[in-house]
Amino acid sequence: MSKNSNKQGSKAFAAAIKNVVRHRLFIPIAFLAILILLNVFINPGFLRISMGRDSAGNPVLIGNLINILNNATELVILAIGMTLVTAASKGQDISVGANIAIVGGVIMRLLCGNETQPTQLHAPVIVAFLLGCLAGMLCGAFNGILVARFNIQPMIATLILFTAGRSIGSMVMGGLKPKAVSSFGIYGNFIPGFPVPTPIIITLVVIIITFIALKRTNLGLYTRAVGINDKASRLNGLNPALVKFITFVIMGLCVGVAGFIQSSRVQTVNPYTIVPSIEMDVILAVALGGNSLSGGKFNMAGSVIGAYTIQTLTSMLTTLNVNTNAVPVFKAAIIIVLVIIQTPIVKSFFSKRAILSRLTAGSGKERS
Amino acid sequence: MTYMQDTVLKMNGICKSFPGVRALQNVDFTLCEGEIHALMGENGAGKSTLIKVLTGVYTKDAGEIYLKGNNKPVHIKSPEEAQKLGISTVYQEINLCPNLTVAENLFIGRSNNLFVNWKEMNKKAEQVLTGLGIQAKPTKQLSACSIAVQQMVAIARAVDMDCKVLILDEPTSSLDDQEVAKLFKLMRELKSRGVGIIFVTHFLDQVYEVCDKITVLRGGELVGEYQVKDLPKVELVAKMLGKELGDLASIHNEAQSADDKKKEAVIEAEGLQSVSGIKPFNFTAYKGEVTGFAGLLGSGRSECVRAIFGADRVIKGRLKIKGEPVHVSSPIKAMKKGVGYLSEDRKRDGIIGDLSVRENIILALQVMKGFFRPFSKAQAQAFADEYIKLLDIKTASADTPVNALSGGNQQKVILARWLLTHPDYLILDEPTRGIDIGTKVEIQKLVLKLASEGMSITFISSEIEEMLRTCSRLIVMRDLNVVGELKGEDMTQDKIMYTIAGGVSQNEQKQ
Repeated sequence: MSKNSNKQGSKAFAAAIKNVVRHRLFIPIAFLAILILLNVFINPGFLRISMGRDSAGNPVLIGNLINILNNATELVILAIGMTLVTAASKGQDISVGANIAIVGGVIMRLLCGNETQPTQLHAPVIVAFLLGCLAGMLCGAFNGILVARFNIQPMIATLILFTAGRSIGSMVMGGLKPKAVSSFGIYGNFIPGFPVPTPIIITLVVIIITFIALKRTNLGLYTRAVGINDKASRLNGLNPALVKFITFVIMGLCVGVAGFIQSSRVQTVNPYTIVPSIEMDVILAVALGGNSLSGGKFNMAGSVIGAYTIQTLTSMLTTLNVNTNAVPVFKAAIIIVLVIIQTPIVKSFFSKRAILSRLTAGSGKERS
Repeated sequence: MTYMQDTVLKMNGICKSFPGVRALQNVDFTLCEGEIHALMGENGAGKSTLIKVLTGVYTKDAGEIYLKGNNKPVHIKSPEEAQKLGISTVYQEINLCPNLTVAENLFIGRSNNLFVNWKEMNKKAEQVLTGLGIQAKPTKQLSACSIAVQQMVAIARAVDMDCKVLILDEPTSSLDDQEVAKLFKLMRELKSRGVGIIFVTHFLDQVYEVCDKITVLRGGELVGEYQVKDLPKVELVAKMLGKELGDLASIHNEAQSADDKKKEAVIEAEGLQSVSGIKPFNFTAYKGEVTGFAGLLGSGRSECVRAIFGADRVIKGRLKIKGEPVHVSSPIKAMKKGVGYLSEDRKRDGIIGDLSVRENIILALQVMKGFFRPFSKAQAQAFADEYIKLLDIKTASADTPVNALSGGNQQKVILARWLLTHPDYLILDEPTRGIDIGTKVEIQKLVLKLASEGMSITFISSEIEEMLRTCSRLIVMRDLNVVGELKGEDMTQDKIMYTIAGGVSQNEQKQ
């Protein structure tokens, strides 16, 4: 009897474990948790958040977590767009970093005109923001037309702006490197008197809008359907080319918002060094979120978590005083592990055979 | 064993099995010098398997292959070896290098010289091409030539490599009439040079135009070898379909004949033609009627309905849906007018594999409803539950990915998708292919029930019995033309086969 109930207990336990382990967000969350634990181990004060004052004497929140949340902003926003592009077009947009340079160029040109050290803003910030987003969306539309209309592989199509984007950004600013007045800095830093960094608020708003959009429209269903089987999608009345195009335009909008925040952080833009190789981090974030880079189904929450994971990793390496030049090597090493764990081979080993049969080992002929 | 003097290829008792399928059982095939020999059969007959055994793509399980000039049976282990033995294949999709010139394609990989004498190569190519009457410049890039010329270059390459057996696998499917005529001229030229040609096609008229002999396969078995002149078209059709002529009167036609005059037309197509290559066709479907398109594989059955649904771009003709002229430039336009289309290839054009059963069921209706108006989860679940129950779809839950279901249940999911849109006109293209017999009968019954409720349905199937049971009117097709229409008393297997073989094209009737 007792043996029997024991067996049932372990079975229920195994089933519960299986449900947790099989959950689509399990691995992304587990990565992030492990990284945070590692950080706490290295630096016991890692999780501490305290109230401090900035140079102007305004109260601000300080702490590693706040820094991570703040610095991950661009990554998170771009990962959202990249997830949709990946799902629908089965490829990635590698021009996002270069497009941010274009967006930054447009914004600085609007705010500073032809001056290098203007004493006032030449245009309302909202105009600069909207035109910046428009510039991003135009870049996205350009990529989208190449991919959706001309059937060019996304990686090749976006290689064009990847190559040219930073120079275009510089040309837009007329070759100058203007610095806008510091009042423009509130979007990338703090609103005076409000202790939470503005980028965190913007990220939250973007995330909320994204999830509302996914719930209130068919964006998710259409992108997945097109990514999984575009022939069948067409016979169900969808226009696969249009759906792909739209995901690239959304990607462009994300670039616009991220570029705006990035320009505001130091109120100046160096198009050649702004967000260096961010496109690779963004693509990794999407992959870490448990998304297949060959399109189809996607997991938006996973991508967002993936973006935070990468930022945590970057900041951990900084805390460890890893030589700046060596950071990419460490990053690569850790990412290799993270990506390999998510491959189907390892996944099936861990989720089915290993965990289930080990947990129920001895209790009979359990087979997965 | 006795050899005829001019036999170039003799295949004896060829067997080949794949897990779960016996693709070839004891098939014999003989090819003579200077003979054009058609290899015919419907889907799954074993044509391609036989070709692949012959070209070394597959290894045979049993049987012998004799080639002229070899005393012993040959063992062909790879396509390269087949080529060395003088067996060359030209496929429908040309496997040459489109980025190289015609001359390079003729000679690539055939010499061991490190250096190329371009002048000489081009001169030699010129000779080969003019010798065969092929109009192509040796220095032209292959991709700049028409498909027909590319094919002929592939043939020229094979001939120049001294091939004795030339296999042409569906060479005419993407050619227009003039190009086909040119290809036939080339084939006759090769015939006079003593090359044995195996011609795989599903165009009946072409077989009778150019071939000497026909070998028919069905279900992996040899039906027989015939002289073209001794085998009337209708008998060929009967042999391919596996029916005996004259012995089919016992089939009972359950479907009711519709009275055209009283019924309201749902679909009226006039001279409709699409990019798929079908010839212009006329077709009318009435309310509450089950129509069918009958014909052999590749006769253009699917292409007709795809044109009505807007799945292939329409280039000519007029279409009225419920009396209203429409231009269906894309499927969504047809869907909004009340047309549904269950496509022929379930895997490629039907299911969205990784999506759940629920999402697959609601997809078409959802797309019609619009981007900004998604169904609530509860509503979607209700739709899914309703149709899972109605069609008895066997799935663990509505959340199960559809590719985890069996073929029959996947088909029901797609059927549910279209029924959910409540179409006035529903096209079912091979809805019963590859699914179990029980589900087949269920689907047939459902079709009749839907028609009795007023839906107009077009039902296409490779199985004639199934069409006879469900349809009340049949449109008969041959070689991309509509060649006849049968209803009521006329709907018998014999009549269908006679019409496939001898019916006159709608387009010719007009002239």
